[in-house]
Amino acid sequence: MPGSGASALRDDLERGLAAPICLTWELTYACNLACRHCLSSSGRRDPDELTPAEARGVVDELAAMQVFYVNVGGGEPMLRPDFFDLLAYAVGHGVGVKFSTNGSRLTAARAAQLAAMDYVDVQVSIDGADAAVNDAVRGPGSFAAATAAMGHLADAGFGRFKVSVAMTRHNVAQLDALLDLADRYGAQLRLTRLRPSGRGADTWDDLHPTAEQQRDLYHWLLERPDVLTGDSFFHLSALGEPLEGLNLCGAGRVVCLIDPVGDVYACPFVIHRDFLAGNVRAAGGFASVWRESSLFAGLREPQSAGACASCGAYDACRGGCMAAKFFTGLPLAGPDPECVFGHGEAALAAAGPVAIPRPGADHSKPARGASPVRLSPPNRRPVHA
Amino acid sequence: MPVTAPEVSRFDPGAPWALHPQVALRPEGFGALAYHYGNRRLVFLKSKTLVELVSALADFDSAEQALRAMVEPGQRDRHEAALARLAASGVIRAR
Repeated sequence: MPGSGASALRDDLERGLAAPICLTWELTYACNLACRHCLSSSGRRDPDELTPAEARGVVDELAAMQVFYVNVGGGEPMLRPDFFDLLAYAVGHGVGVKFSTNGSRLTAARAAQLAAMDYVDVQVSIDGADAAVNDAVRGPGSFAAATAAMGHLADAGFGRFKVSVAMTRHNVAQLDALLDLADRYGAQLRLTRLRPSGRGADTWDDLHPTAEQQRDLYHWLLERPDVLTGDSFFHLSALGEPLEGLNLCGAGRVVCLIDPVGDVYACPFVIHRDFLAGNVRAAGGFASVWRESSLFAGLREPQSAGACASCGAYDACRGGCMAAKFFTGLPLAGPDPECVFGHGEAALAAAGPVAIPRPGADHSKPARGASPVRLSPPNRRPVHA
Repeated sequence: MPVTAPEVSRFDPGAPWALHPQVALRPEGFGALAYHYGNRRLVFLKSKTLVELVSALADFDSAEQALRAMVEPGQRDRHEAALARLAASGVIRAR
Protein backbone atom coordinates (compact mmCIF):
# COMPACT_ATOMS: atom_id res chain seq x y z
CA MET A 1 0.00 0.00 0.00
CA PRO A 2 1.20 3.52 -0.65
CA GLY A 3 3.48 5.18 1.78
CA SER A 4 3.68 2.67 4.55
CA GLY A 5 5.00 -0.70 5.48
CA ALA A 6 3.85 -3.17 8.08
CA SER A 7 5.47 -1.31 10.97
CA ALA A 8 3.81 2.00 10.05
CA LEU A 9 0.47 0.21 10.07
CA ARG A 10 1.27 -1.28 13.45
CA ASP A 11 2.01 2.20 14.80
CA ASP A 12 -1.39 3.34 13.53
CA LEU A 13 -3.13 0.41 15.14
CA GLU A 14 -1.33 0.95 18.45
CA ARG A 15 -2.79 4.44 18.56
CA GLY A 16 -6.26 2.92 18.41
CA LEU A 17 -9.00 2.84 15.80
CA ALA A 18 -12.35 4.61 15.45
CA ALA A 19 -14.00 1.31 16.40
CA PRO A 20 -12.69 -2.13 17.32
CA ILE A 21 -11.88 -4.64 14.60
CA CYS A 22 -11.89 -7.59 16.95
CA LEU A 23 -14.67 -7.23 19.45
CA THR A 24 -15.59 -10.14 21.67
CA TRP A 25 -19.09 -10.15 23.11
CA GLU A 26 -19.86 -12.71 25.75
CA LEU A 27 -23.61 -13.13 25.82
CA THR A 28 -24.04 -15.08 29.05
CA TYR A 29 -22.05 -16.43 31.96
CA ALA A 30 -24.29 -19.52 31.90
CA CYS A 31 -22.52 -22.69 30.79
CA ASN A 32 -23.30 -26.38 31.01
CA LEU A 33 -19.58 -27.15 31.08
CA ALA A 34 -16.98 -26.17 33.67
CA CYS A 35 -13.73 -26.13 31.67
CA ARG A 36 -10.70 -25.94 33.89
CA HIS A 37 -9.21 -23.03 31.94
CA CYS A 38 -12.40 -20.99 31.32
CA LEU A 39 -11.15 -17.45 30.83
CA SER A 40 -14.46 -15.94 31.99
CA SER A 41 -14.99 -18.30 34.98
CA SER A 42 -18.40 -19.12 33.56
CA GLY A 43 -21.05 -21.44 34.95
CA ARG A 44 -24.06 -19.59 36.32
CA ARG A 45 -26.06 -16.97 34.49
CA ASP A 46 -25.71 -13.50 36.05
CA PRO A 47 -29.13 -12.04 36.98
CA ASP A 48 -27.94 -8.68 35.65
CA GLU A 49 -27.21 -9.86 32.10
CA LEU A 50 -28.30 -7.60 29.23
CA THR A 51 -31.96 -8.05 28.33
CA PRO A 52 -32.90 -8.94 24.74
CA ALA A 53 -33.82 -5.29 24.11
CA GLU A 54 -30.53 -4.06 25.59
CA ALA A 55 -28.59 -6.59 23.51
CA ARG A 56 -30.31 -5.38 20.33
CA GLY A 57 -29.39 -1.84 21.38
CA VAL A 58 -25.72 -2.90 21.50
CA VAL A 59 -26.07 -4.32 17.97
CA ASP A 60 -27.53 -0.99 16.80
CA GLU A 61 -24.50 0.81 18.20
CA LEU A 62 -22.04 -1.61 16.65
CA ALA A 63 -23.76 -1.24 13.28
CA ALA A 64 -23.58 2.56 13.53
CA MET A 65 -19.85 2.35 14.37
CA GLN A 66 -19.29 -0.03 11.42
CA VAL A 67 -18.07 -2.89 13.55
CA PHE A 68 -18.28 -5.39 10.71
CA TYR A 69 -18.40 -8.52 12.83
CA VAL A 70 -18.30 -9.63 16.44
CA ASN A 71 -16.84 -12.69 18.10
CA VAL A 72 -19.62 -14.02 20.28
CA GLY A 73 -18.91 -16.29 23.21
CA GLY A 74 -19.81 -16.88 26.81
CA GLY A 75 -20.38 -19.02 28.80
CA GLU A 76 -22.24 -21.03 26.23
CA PRO A 77 -23.95 -18.43 24.02
CA MET A 78 -26.52 -20.90 22.68
CA LEU A 79 -27.97 -21.15 26.20
CA ARG A 80 -29.31 -17.60 25.89
CA PRO A 81 -33.01 -17.95 25.10
CA ASP A 82 -32.87 -15.10 22.56
CA PHE A 83 -29.67 -16.39 20.91
CA PHE A 84 -31.11 -17.04 17.44
CA ASP A 85 -33.21 -13.85 17.49
CA LEU A 86 -30.11 -11.84 18.35
CA LEU A 87 -28.10 -13.61 15.66
CA ALA A 88 -30.69 -12.76 13.02
CA TYR A 89 -30.92 -9.19 14.30
CA ALA A 90 -27.15 -8.71 14.12
CA VAL A 91 -26.63 -10.10 10.62
CA GLY A 92 -29.73 -8.19 9.46
CA HIS A 93 -27.94 -5.01 10.56
CA GLY A 94 -24.65 -5.79 8.81
CA VAL A 95 -22.89 -7.07 11.93
CA GLY A 96 -21.56 -10.53 11.10
CA VAL A 97 -21.34 -13.02 13.94
CA LYS A 98 -18.59 -15.53 14.60
CA PHE A 99 -19.66 -17.50 17.61
CA SER A 100 -17.89 -20.04 19.79
CA THR A 101 -19.81 -22.96 21.17
CA ASN A 102 -19.13 -26.19 23.01
CA GLY A 103 -21.59 -27.79 20.58
CA SER A 104 -23.86 -29.33 23.17
CA ARG A 105 -26.92 -27.42 21.93
CA LEU A 106 -26.00 -27.57 18.24
CA THR A 107 -28.54 -30.11 16.99
CA ALA A 108 -29.06 -31.15 13.37
CA ALA A 109 -31.99 -28.72 13.15
CA ARG A 110 -29.91 -25.83 14.54
CA ALA A 111 -27.07 -26.66 12.15
CA ALA A 112 -29.49 -26.46 9.21
CA GLN A 113 -30.79 -23.13 10.50
CA LEU A 114 -27.22 -21.77 10.77
CA ALA A 115 -26.28 -23.07 7.32
CA ALA A 116 -29.12 -21.00 5.85
CA MET A 117 -27.88 -17.73 7.42
CA ASP A 118 -25.50 -15.24 5.84
CA TYR A 119 -22.58 -13.73 7.77
CA VAL A 120 -22.51 -16.37 10.48
CA ASP A 121 -19.40 -18.35 11.37
CA VAL A 122 -19.28 -21.10 13.96
CA GLN A 123 -16.32 -22.17 16.07
CA VAL A 124 -16.68 -25.44 17.92
CA SER A 125 -14.30 -25.63 20.87
CA ILE A 126 -12.34 -28.75 21.71
CA ASP A 127 -9.09 -29.06 23.66
CA GLY A 128 -7.80 -32.40 22.48
CA ALA A 129 -7.94 -34.73 19.49
CA ASP A 130 -9.58 -37.48 21.54
CA ALA A 131 -11.97 -37.75 24.45
CA ALA A 132 -9.24 -38.58 26.97
CA VAL A 133 -7.21 -35.40 26.42
CA ASN A 134 -10.21 -33.17 25.72
CA ASP A 135 -12.46 -34.31 28.55
CA ALA A 136 -9.69 -33.95 31.14
CA VAL A 137 -9.99 -30.19 30.60
CA ARG A 138 -13.57 -29.71 29.39
CA GLY A 139 -15.39 -32.43 31.33
CA PRO A 140 -16.89 -35.88 30.66
CA GLY A 141 -18.91 -36.17 27.46
CA SER A 142 -17.73 -32.84 26.06
CA PHE A 143 -15.68 -34.39 23.21
CA ALA A 144 -18.63 -36.51 22.09
CA ALA A 145 -20.93 -33.47 22.17
CA ALA A 146 -18.50 -31.30 20.20
CA THR A 147 -17.85 -33.91 17.51
CA ALA A 148 -21.59 -34.58 17.19
CA ALA A 149 -22.10 -30.86 16.54
CA MET A 150 -19.27 -30.90 13.99
CA GLY A 151 -21.01 -33.77 12.24
CA HIS A 152 -24.30 -31.84 12.17
CA LEU A 153 -22.59 -28.79 10.64
CA ALA A 154 -20.88 -30.91 8.00
CA ASP A 155 -24.11 -32.76 7.18
CA ALA A 156 -26.04 -29.49 6.93
CA GLY A 157 -23.57 -28.18 4.33
CA PHE A 158 -22.54 -25.29 6.55
CA GLY A 159 -19.17 -25.09 4.81
CA ARG A 160 -15.89 -24.24 6.45
CA PHE A 161 -16.71 -23.80 10.11
CA LYS A 162 -13.86 -23.62 12.63
CA VAL A 163 -12.57 -26.04 15.20
CA SER A 164 -11.00 -23.98 17.96
CA VAL A 165 -8.38 -25.35 20.34
CA ALA A 166 -6.57 -23.73 23.27
CA MET A 167 -3.04 -25.11 23.27
CA THR A 168 -2.07 -26.95 26.43
CA ARG A 169 0.81 -29.09 27.57
CA HIS A 170 -1.39 -32.11 26.84
CA ASN A 171 -2.47 -31.36 23.28
CA VAL A 172 0.60 -29.85 21.60
CA ALA A 173 1.67 -33.42 20.76
CA GLN A 174 -1.70 -33.81 18.98
CA LEU A 175 -1.29 -30.94 16.50
CA ASP A 176 -1.32 -33.21 13.44
CA ALA A 177 -4.22 -35.22 14.81
CA LEU A 178 -6.19 -32.02 15.48
CA LEU A 179 -5.62 -30.88 11.91
CA ASP A 180 -6.77 -34.29 10.60
CA LEU A 181 -9.85 -34.13 12.80
CA ALA A 182 -10.83 -30.69 11.48
CA ASP A 183 -10.17 -31.83 7.90
CA ARG A 184 -12.46 -34.84 8.32
CA TYR A 185 -15.37 -32.47 8.99
CA GLY A 186 -14.40 -29.98 6.27
CA ALA A 187 -13.51 -27.50 9.00
CA GLN A 188 -10.63 -25.09 9.46
CA LEU A 189 -8.38 -25.50 12.49
CA ARG A 190 -7.94 -22.50 14.77
CA LEU A 191 -5.42 -22.55 17.61
CA THR A 192 -5.40 -20.09 20.48
CA ARG A 193 -3.06 -19.40 23.30
CA LEU A 194 -4.00 -20.58 26.79
CA ARG A 195 -4.13 -17.63 29.19
CA PRO A 196 -3.89 -17.58 32.99
CA SER A 197 -7.26 -15.79 33.02
CA GLY A 198 -10.46 -16.75 34.81
CA ARG A 199 -10.23 -20.32 36.08
CA GLY A 200 -7.10 -20.54 33.94
CA ALA A 201 -5.31 -18.68 36.74
CA ASP A 202 -5.63 -21.78 38.93
CA THR A 203 -4.71 -24.31 36.24
CA TRP A 204 -2.02 -22.38 34.36
CA ASP A 205 0.90 -24.16 36.01
CA ASP A 206 -0.53 -27.57 35.05
CA LEU A 207 -1.73 -26.71 31.58
CA HIS A 208 0.49 -24.16 29.86
CA PRO A 209 2.83 -25.62 27.22
CA THR A 210 6.50 -26.11 28.05
CA ALA A 211 9.16 -23.95 26.43
CA GLU A 212 10.09 -26.81 24.12
CA GLN A 213 6.44 -27.33 23.12
CA GLN A 214 6.13 -23.62 22.32
CA ARG A 215 9.08 -23.86 19.93
CA ASP A 216 7.51 -26.93 18.31
CA LEU A 217 4.22 -25.05 17.96
CA TYR A 218 5.96 -22.04 16.39
CA HIS A 219 7.64 -24.13 13.71
CA TRP A 220 4.47 -26.14 13.09
CA LEU A 221 2.50 -22.90 12.58
CA LEU A 222 5.13 -21.36 10.30
CA GLU A 223 4.73 -24.33 7.97
CA ARG A 224 0.93 -24.08 8.02
CA PRO A 225 -0.20 -20.50 7.35
CA ASP A 226 -3.73 -21.80 6.70
CA VAL A 227 -4.15 -22.71 10.35
CA LEU A 228 -5.86 -19.76 12.04
CA THR A 229 -4.48 -18.32 15.28
CA GLY A 230 -6.46 -15.12 15.87
CA ASP A 231 -3.10 -13.38 16.32
CA SER A 232 -2.78 -15.35 19.52
CA PHE A 233 0.86 -16.36 19.49
CA PHE A 234 2.68 -13.14 18.69
CA HIS A 235 4.99 -13.72 21.69
CA LEU A 236 6.47 -16.60 19.64
CA SER A 237 7.47 -14.26 16.81
CA ALA A 238 10.55 -13.46 18.91
CA LEU A 239 11.90 -16.81 17.65
CA GLY A 240 12.53 -15.32 14.20
CA GLU A 241 10.21 -15.04 11.24
CA PRO A 242 6.94 -13.44 12.39
CA LEU A 243 3.77 -15.52 12.41
CA GLU A 244 0.74 -14.54 10.33
CA GLY A 245 -1.20 -11.60 11.79
CA LEU A 246 -0.72 -8.12 13.15
CA ASN A 247 1.67 -9.24 15.90
CA LEU A 248 0.68 -6.74 18.53
CA CYS A 249 -1.36 -6.56 21.74
CA GLY A 250 -4.63 -5.07 20.57
CA ALA A 251 -6.13 -4.52 24.03
CA GLY A 252 -8.15 -1.29 24.07
CA ARG A 253 -6.65 -0.38 20.67
CA VAL A 254 -8.30 -2.69 18.16
CA VAL A 255 -9.72 -5.25 20.60
CA CYS A 256 -12.12 -5.20 23.53
CA LEU A 257 -14.64 -7.33 25.40
CA ILE A 258 -18.28 -6.66 26.22
CA ASP A 259 -19.23 -9.05 29.02
CA PRO A 260 -22.74 -10.41 29.65
CA VAL A 261 -23.68 -7.58 32.06
CA GLY A 262 -22.45 -4.94 29.60
CA ASP A 263 -19.09 -4.26 31.25
CA VAL A 264 -16.42 -3.31 28.70
CA TYR A 265 -12.92 -4.67 29.33
CA ALA A 266 -9.71 -4.05 27.38
CA CYS A 267 -9.62 -7.61 26.06
CA PRO A 268 -11.35 -10.97 26.62
CA PHE A 269 -8.49 -12.16 28.83
CA VAL A 270 -8.53 -9.39 31.43
CA ILE A 271 -11.83 -9.59 33.28
CA HIS A 272 -10.55 -7.59 36.25
CA ARG A 273 -11.47 -4.16 37.57
CA ASP A 274 -8.06 -2.77 36.58
CA PHE A 275 -9.05 -3.25 32.93
CA LEU A 276 -12.70 -2.26 33.19
CA ALA A 277 -13.33 0.72 30.89
CA GLY A 278 -17.05 1.27 31.48
CA ASN A 279 -20.47 -0.22 30.81
CA VAL A 280 -22.65 -0.13 27.70
CA ARG A 281 -25.66 0.82 29.88
CA ALA A 282 -24.10 4.16 30.87
CA ALA A 283 -24.95 7.38 29.04
CA GLY A 284 -23.22 7.41 25.65
CA GLY A 285 -23.28 3.63 25.47
CA PHE A 286 -20.48 1.53 24.03
CA ALA A 287 -19.32 4.23 21.62
CA SER A 288 -18.39 6.63 24.41
CA VAL A 289 -16.60 3.89 26.36
CA TRP A 290 -14.56 3.04 23.27
CA ARG A 291 -13.79 6.65 22.41
CA GLU A 292 -13.51 8.31 25.81
CA SER A 293 -12.44 5.81 28.44
CA SER A 294 -9.29 6.96 30.21
CA LEU A 295 -8.14 3.35 30.50
CA PHE A 296 -8.26 2.91 26.71
CA ALA A 297 -6.61 6.31 26.17
CA GLY A 298 -3.72 5.08 28.33
CA LEU A 299 -3.41 1.80 26.42
CA ARG A 300 -3.21 3.79 23.16
CA GLU A 301 -0.17 5.72 24.42
CA PRO A 302 3.30 4.34 23.64
CA GLN A 303 3.98 1.56 26.14
CA SER A 304 7.20 1.14 28.05
CA ALA A 305 9.30 -1.91 27.16
CA GLY A 306 10.60 -2.07 30.74
CA ALA A 307 13.04 -4.93 31.23
CA CYS A 308 12.59 -5.89 27.55
CA ALA A 309 14.10 -2.62 26.25
CA SER A 310 17.56 -4.14 25.82
CA CYS A 311 16.29 -7.29 24.07
CA GLY A 312 16.84 -7.45 20.33
CA ALA A 313 13.57 -9.31 19.81
CA TYR A 314 11.34 -6.69 21.42
CA ASP A 315 10.25 -5.33 18.07
CA ALA A 316 9.05 -8.81 17.11
CA CYS A 317 7.11 -9.78 20.26
CA ARG A 318 6.40 -6.35 21.83
CA GLY A 319 6.76 -7.90 25.29
CA GLY A 320 3.95 -10.40 24.70
CA CYS A 321 0.52 -10.60 26.28
CA MET A 322 -0.63 -8.08 28.87
CA ALA A 323 -3.13 -10.50 30.40
CA ALA A 324 -0.59 -13.30 30.73
CA LYS A 325 1.72 -10.94 32.59
CA PHE A 326 -0.98 -9.48 34.80
CA PHE A 327 -2.43 -12.78 35.99
CA THR A 328 0.98 -14.30 36.71
CA GLY A 329 1.95 -11.27 38.81
CA LEU A 330 4.56 -9.92 36.37
CA PRO A 331 4.92 -6.19 35.64
CA LEU A 332 3.16 -5.14 32.42
CA ALA A 333 6.36 -3.46 31.21
CA GLY A 334 8.60 -6.49 30.88
CA PRO A 335 8.66 -10.04 29.59
CA ASP A 336 5.73 -12.36 29.02
CA PRO A 337 5.69 -15.38 31.39
CA GLU A 338 6.21 -17.54 28.30
CA CYS A 339 9.00 -15.37 26.82
CA VAL A 340 10.81 -17.66 24.40
CA PHE A 341 14.19 -16.68 25.88
CA GLY A 342 13.11 -17.61 29.40
CA HIS A 343 13.17 -14.02 30.68
CA GLY A 344 9.63 -14.40 32.00
CA GLU A 345 10.42 -17.54 33.95
CA ALA A 346 13.51 -15.84 35.37
CA ALA A 347 11.45 -12.81 36.41
CA LEU A 348 8.88 -15.06 38.09
CA ALA A 349 11.61 -16.95 39.94
CA ALA A 350 13.32 -13.72 41.02
CA ALA A 351 10.08 -12.20 42.29
CA GLY A 352 9.35 -15.22 44.48
CA PRO A 353 5.83 -15.55 45.87
CA VAL A 354 3.90 -12.39 45.01
CA ALA A 355 0.26 -11.46 45.38
CA ILE A 356 -1.35 -12.56 42.13
CA PRO A 357 -4.42 -10.57 41.06
CA ARG A 358 -7.59 -12.63 41.29
CA PRO A 359 -9.89 -12.55 38.26
CA GLY A 360 -13.13 -10.62 38.71
CA ALA A 361 -16.64 -11.79 37.82
CA ASP A 362 -16.42 -15.40 39.03
CA HIS A 363 -19.59 -17.22 37.93
CA SER A 364 -18.23 -20.72 38.52
CA LYS A 365 -20.75 -23.23 39.76
CA PRO A 366 -20.17 -24.38 43.32
CA ALA A 367 -17.92 -27.41 43.51
CA ARG A 368 -19.77 -30.72 43.52
CA GLY A 369 -20.75 -31.65 47.04
CA ALA A 370 -20.69 -28.06 48.24
CA SER A 371 -23.92 -26.45 49.36
CA PRO A 372 -25.94 -25.29 46.33
CA VAL A 373 -27.44 -22.49 48.41
CA ARG A 374 -25.78 -19.18 47.78
CA LEU A 375 -26.98 -16.18 49.70
CA SER A 376 -24.65 -13.51 48.35
CA PRO A 377 -24.52 -12.35 44.75
CA PRO A 378 -21.63 -13.49 42.57
CA ASN A 379 -18.38 -11.83 43.53
CA ARG A 380 -18.04 -9.41 40.64
CA ARG A 381 -15.80 -6.90 42.38
CA PRO A 382 -13.19 -8.66 44.45
CA VAL A 383 -11.96 -6.52 47.32
CA HIS A 384 -8.44 -7.81 47.03
CA ALA A 385 -6.43 -6.78 44.01
CA MET B 1 -22.92 -20.52 6.01
CA PRO B 2 -20.62 -21.23 3.08
CA VAL B 3 -18.24 -18.37 2.46
CA THR B 4 -18.15 -17.17 -1.13
CA ALA B 5 -14.91 -18.01 -2.89
CA PRO B 6 -12.89 -14.80 -3.32
CA GLU B 7 -13.64 -13.18 -6.65
CA VAL B 8 -10.16 -12.61 -7.92
CA SER B 9 -9.96 -10.26 -10.87
CA ARG B 10 -6.78 -9.76 -12.84
CA PHE B 11 -6.17 -6.06 -12.74
CA ASP B 12 -6.34 -4.30 -16.10
CA PRO B 13 -5.95 -0.54 -15.55
CA GLY B 14 -7.51 0.15 -18.94
CA ALA B 15 -10.79 -1.46 -17.87
CA PRO B 16 -13.61 0.11 -15.84
CA TRP B 17 -13.58 -0.80 -12.13
CA ALA B 18 -15.72 -0.22 -9.04
CA LEU B 19 -15.80 -0.95 -5.36
CA HIS B 20 -17.37 -4.38 -4.86
CA PRO B 21 -21.00 -3.92 -3.74
CA GLN B 22 -20.43 -6.23 -0.76
CA VAL B 23 -17.55 -4.12 0.54
CA ALA B 24 -18.01 -1.52 3.27
CA LEU B 25 -15.44 1.20 3.98
CA ARG B 26 -14.90 2.53 7.50
CA PRO B 27 -12.92 5.79 7.71
CA GLU B 28 -9.85 5.64 9.97
CA GLY B 29 -7.07 8.12 10.69
CA PHE B 30 -4.65 6.33 8.35
CA GLY B 31 -7.20 5.86 5.55
CA ALA B 32 -9.94 3.26 5.87
CA LEU B 33 -10.76 -0.30 6.74
CA ALA B 34 -12.46 -2.24 3.98
CA TYR B 35 -14.55 -5.25 4.91
CA HIS B 36 -15.78 -7.68 2.28
CA TYR B 37 -18.99 -9.32 3.48
CA GLY B 38 -18.67 -11.97 0.78
CA ASN B 39 -15.20 -13.35 1.43
CA ARG B 40 -14.92 -11.97 5.01
CA ARG B 41 -11.63 -10.28 4.33
CA LEU B 42 -10.57 -7.19 6.24
CA VAL B 43 -8.22 -4.99 4.24
CA PHE B 44 -6.38 -1.83 5.27
CA LEU B 45 -6.42 1.10 2.85
CA LYS B 46 -3.37 2.95 4.06
CA SER B 47 -3.83 6.39 2.56
CA LYS B 48 -6.70 8.82 2.22
CA THR B 49 -5.93 9.29 -1.46
CA LEU B 50 -6.36 5.56 -1.98
CA VAL B 51 -9.73 5.67 -0.19
CA GLU B 52 -10.92 8.53 -2.40
CA LEU B 53 -9.62 6.78 -5.50
CA VAL B 54 -11.36 3.51 -4.69
CA SER B 55 -14.62 5.29 -3.86
CA ALA B 56 -14.56 7.20 -7.16
CA LEU B 57 -13.54 4.34 -9.49
CA ALA B 58 -17.12 3.80 -10.62
CA ASP B 59 -17.29 7.37 -11.96
CA PHE B 60 -14.51 6.81 -14.51
CA ASP B 61 -14.34 4.81 -17.74
CA SER B 62 -11.11 3.18 -16.62
CA ALA B 63 -8.89 2.86 -13.57
CA GLU B 64 -6.20 4.69 -15.56
CA GLN B 65 -8.45 7.73 -15.98
CA ALA B 66 -9.27 7.72 -12.29
CA LEU B 67 -5.57 7.56 -11.44
CA ARG B 68 -4.79 10.49 -13.75
CA ALA B 69 -7.61 12.57 -12.36
CA MET B 70 -7.11 11.90 -8.66
CA VAL B 71 -3.48 11.01 -7.95
CA GLU B 72 -0.32 13.12 -8.24
CA PRO B 73 1.95 11.87 -11.09
CA GLY B 74 4.71 10.71 -8.71
CA GLN B 75 2.23 8.63 -6.69
CA ARG B 76 0.45 6.90 -9.57
CA ASP B 77 2.57 3.75 -9.81
CA ARG B 78 2.18 2.99 -6.14
CA HIS B 79 -1.55 3.56 -6.28
CA GLU B 80 -1.89 1.42 -9.38
CA ALA B 81 -0.06 -1.38 -7.55
CA ALA B 82 -2.39 -0.88 -4.58
CA LEU B 83 -5.42 -1.18 -6.88
CA ALA B 84 -4.00 -4.44 -8.27
CA ARG B 85 -3.79 -5.83 -4.73
CA LEU B 86 -7.33 -4.69 -3.98
CA ALA B 87 -8.51 -6.45 -7.13
CA ALA B 88 -6.77 -9.63 -5.98
CA SER B 89 -8.55 -9.50 -2.62
CA GLY B 90 -11.92 -8.77 -4.23
CA VAL B 91 -12.30 -5.28 -2.72
CA ILE B 92 -12.69 -3.81 -6.23
CA ARG B 93 -14.01 -5.60 -9.28
CA ALA B 94 -14.27 -5.03 -13.02
CA ARG B 95 -17.65 -3.69 -14.06
